Amino acid sequence: MKTPLHKLNWLNAFKEAAIAGAVTFTLFSVLLGINIYQNSNNDTMIRLRPALLVGFSLFAAALRFCIILKQSLQLQVPAHKKIGWFEKVEPHLQPILVGLMAFFPIIMLGLLGGQASTKWIDNYGIVIMIYIMLGWGLNIVVGLAGLLDLGYVAFYAIGSYTYALLAQHYGFSFWMALPVAGVMAALWGIMLGFPVLRLRGDYLAVVTMAFGEIIRAVAVNWRELTGGGAGINVPKITFFGLPFNANEDGFAAYFGLEFMPIHRSIFLYYVIFTLAIITAIITIKLKKLPIGRAWEALREDEIACRSLGINTRNTKLTAFAIGAMFGGLAGAFFGARQGFLTPESFSFEESVLILATVVFGGMGSLTGVVLASIALFGGMEILREFSFVEQLIGIDPNRLRMLIVGLGMVLMMLWKPRGLISTRTPTVFLKQKKSISGNLVKEGHG
Amino acid sequence: MQNWQSDPVLCVEHLTMRFGGLTAVKSLSFDVGRGDITALIGPNGAGKTTVFNCITGFYKPTEGRIGLRHGIIDFDIGKQAATQSSSYVTHSAGGAVYLLERMPDHLIAKQAKVARTFQNIRLFAGMTLIENLMVAQHNALMLASNFTFGGLLGFKTYTTAERAAKEKAAFWLEKIDLLDRADMPAGDLPYGAQRRLEIARAMCTDPVLLCLDEPAAGLNPRESADLNTLLRSIRSDHGTSILLIEHDMSVVMEVSDHVVVLDYGIKISDGTPDFVKSDPKVIAAYLGVDDDELEGAESEVSA
Repeated sequence: MKTPLHKLNWLNAFKEAAIAGAVTFTLFSVLLGINIYQNSNNDTMIRLRPALLVGFSLFAAALRFCIILKQSLQLQVPAHKKIGWFEKVEPHLQPILVGLMAFFPIIMLGLLGGQASTKWIDNYGIVIMIYIMLGWGLNIVVGLAGLLDLGYVAFYAIGSYTYALLAQHYGFSFWMALPVAGVMAALWGIMLGFPVLRLRGDYLAVVTMAFGEIIRAVAVNWRELTGGGAGINVPKITFFGLPFNANEDGFAAYFGLEFMPIHRSIFLYYVIFTLAIITAIITIKLKKLPIGRAWEALREDEIACRSLGINTRNTKLTAFAIGAMFGGLAGAFFGARQGFLTPESFSFEESVLILATVVFGGMGSLTGVVLASIALFGGMEILREFSFVEQLIGIDPNRLRMLIVGLGMVLMMLWKPRGLISTRTPTVFLKQKKSISGNLVKEGHG
Repeated sequence: MQNWQSDPVLCVEHLTMRFGGLTAVKSLSFDVGRGDITALIGPNGAGKTTVFNCITGFYKPTEGRIGLRHGIIDFDIGKQAATQSSSYVTHSAGGAVYLLERMPDHLIAKQAKVARTFQNIRLFAGMTLIENLMVAQHNALMLASNFTFGGLLGFKTYTTAERAAKEKAAFWLEKIDLLDRADMPAGDLPYGAQRRLEIARAMCTDPVLLCLDEPAAGLNPRESADLNTLLRSIRSDHGTSILLIEHDMSVVMEVSDHVVVLDYGIKISDGTPDFVKSDPKVIAAYLGVDDDELEGAESEVSA
């Protein structure tokens, strides 16, 4: 029999809403309620903004009310049988997403023309694709093998600096340096893997986080090698030897085109698109091979793995190495796109955001990472378009960027605690492939 | 002479396991016969699971030697040769002897071919039944996929090996009567079926010795009877020797050929089920009375 999870109690709902409103009011009273600014005489002035504060509190109260309402409407289904509507839509979503990713620059070009679309391809397309690739790489470590890695940005940094240094000292081109960057990152993945083999869960997270910071600290302080905080120049990407410039020997001149900066953007987009798709294909293939199944088994139960003769040390190290390798490849691309590297690009915040895409997307799901990257990085970028809101509420939404991201994360986790795509697809089947509810799948603990 | 004396597959000698000041197992010696079902019984806290963990490599024993024999090599000579060598194994034409106390746990499963199940079931709950059985064939499949490279490139050796592995998994699913649920997640199975699946998963590693930690715990009488049939079939059809820990005496007395009784980490009895059943020491350990009060207590219990 299906019964509501909680019986609806109006009085209780109002009470809960009032509490939520009061808590929000208290927490945000200083943050939103008081505005300190300077007037034209440069005097510091204080202005009270009661309307904004009350509005915010009422919003929180209404939200809490809605959640209680939703709970009372929710029917109780055995937890393990529950597969949400979103997961059912997912298979149809895949071809749409791949198509969108493949034709994004062309669509933008058609819609907006050569000038206006550069921004969209550069700031949205390429940035989101880089994070999709990083998310897919980290997904191997966190989503499949269940090893919580908070320092993934280290491998991204190693890939970038490998390309930068090889180019500076030995004149490597991007395409020559790319495999080296991947191998270097994989080796460092193994280097990190060895000391953390015995660690699990929180302890693993802390050590990997420290590793990320160590790499950044080395990049900052080893000035002779990396240029320190002043940064290092990286040769920009060329079209297999043809630079993207207005000169005689440039890409545009060679193909008899008019020089436009968008050529470079489109080329960059397709380079990272190809790298990301290679990552996805290899991940999908690995998942169906014994090594991929061993990763997932490791996430489910490490002791059982050992009792079946699986070498858990090698299995963990391969997960670290392959995940790191994709991070390194993305890093080399990042260097080639930026043309200039500073350690500031590899802050802890980056690791957290990449991890957030994996967790939001649903651990182990490639589609989920794409959706989460679009929502997170596309969302943060699109806030710039909403500067006009400043006239309405008195605050530039860009300054509330992290607040909005945080709020989004909380709402997201309330709606789908196991990420967007929480189901797991079996890697092998006898008669019929059936999705497995996320409630049965473990998150891994080290 | 009993089978476990004339043709042992496993030989535990003076096994001692200390945890700090606590001696969980003290100078325990016993043999497991090839093709036998051997039961390790004893009251709670007697050290049975500790012995299992030592045999399967999850604990490193404090003292003692655990020899495992493949084939028809002379066990004593083999053990001697392995002990004196720097390795954990000695091979000869007829087989090999492994010293389990020197081996890490995954090599015990992979090379010495000792498989185990757990007291609190450890299945891969979020993976389907067939996936569980495929993970158990990891080492064979890894070799067939040329350590992933061949598999990634789609070599024929791997696709053939994968098909064979699936067939083997299907064989075992049929044997434990779960073939129609092959594509369901293991975590969705009822308790008794999970126990059977764990045994099937262990069998997919082609073990020489199968160690079962309380396989009948939580089973109803019918499931218990099915388990007995399964154990007998494993022994007779697959030539796997079985060592089991069990509290359910109906299982122990019905299927086992050899019973070893532990109490406080010491062996108190060792022999055929009939011998052990009538051993006064065993009865005392189970009922917790002095030997001279034995008869009174027995009649009390039966009344």
